[in-house]
Amino acid sequence: MRFLLILLGALLPTALAAQDSMPPAPYAYKQLEDPALEAQATELMHTLRCLTCQSQTIADSDAPIAGDMRHQVRSRMAAGESPDQVREWLRTRYGDYVSYEPEVSATTWPLFIIPVIFLLVIGLVLWRRLRRTSSNESAGA
Amino acid sequence: MRWTLWIPLALFAFFLGVAGYMLTQPKDDSIPSQMVEKQLPEFELPAAVETMPGASSADFIGGKPKLLNIWASWCLPCIAEAKQLEVLEGQGVEIIGIAIRDKPADVADFLERYGNPYTRIGADDISQLMLDLGASGVPETYVIDAAGKITYQHIGDIRLEHIPLLLEKLDEATQ
Repeated sequence: MRFLLILLGALLPTALAAQDSMPPAPYAYKQLEDPALEAQATELMHTLRCLTCQSQTIADSDAPIAGDMRHQVRSRMAAGESPDQVREWLRTRYGDYVSYEPEVSATTWPLFIIPVIFLLVIGLVLWRRLRRTSSNESAGA
Repeated sequence: MRWTLWIPLALFAFFLGVAGYMLTQPKDDSIPSQMVEKQLPEFELPAAVETMPGASSADFIGGKPKLLNIWASWCLPCIAEAKQLEVLEGQGVEIIGIAIRDKPADVADFLERYGNPYTRIGADDISQLMLDLGASGVPETYVIDAAGKITYQHIGDIRLEHIPLLLEKLDEATQ
């Protein structure tokens, strides 16, 4: 029984030891007083990637750094910055990485171009084949 | 048989090859800061521990190039890094620490256990300077020249093999 308990204890997430014990930043979990501004901030937060939990937006993540990023977004917008300005502030620090949705840039353009090329090739092949079969049919008739 | 029939198989083999090659490459999750070669953002942080002064951007201006070390007492790689920071300090490098989301008692405890290579430690309780620097975690170390420009970023803990590189970067920043 004791052995089982020790085994169970070993399953507990030890990564907790690497968490800080500080309270979250003021605006990490608190909404802005102005509902319209908060809606804008929330929309922006859904487009920004958390730096440590790489497949979540900062709106979705409970990591301390995501809380600190939400605080920056809300406090900067409360101070009068536009969503684009806040986004730009982060992009000048973290580059494309911080954007949750991929944007067209020097490194990401193949992502957008290659599917278009594939579609064009498929279209071309189909067009040639269909034309051939229809001309065969008309020749046979 | 027409040779074009082999194109799909060749493409498949190509993608398989790329995937296989990428599997053998080490994974790199680090996010480089775009602030390198730019001016250190202005900041003024209170002391992280009573016995030492806090840190501000003005502390980096003048004298020799310095290291800005982002760390935390709750960060395990920071313990591994402590010895290397002591070595750098022994070589005459000035290291200014920034403690991320840390409590004064924990900072004091860490310094007592693992040594204190810092001349100043600022407390960044809401990761403000960390985000302003483009840092994505602890520990990270920046070389700042005497004019306050960021010249180099080291992501992750400093290991023994990184010391010569950092000394070289500090030397380059002197010119």
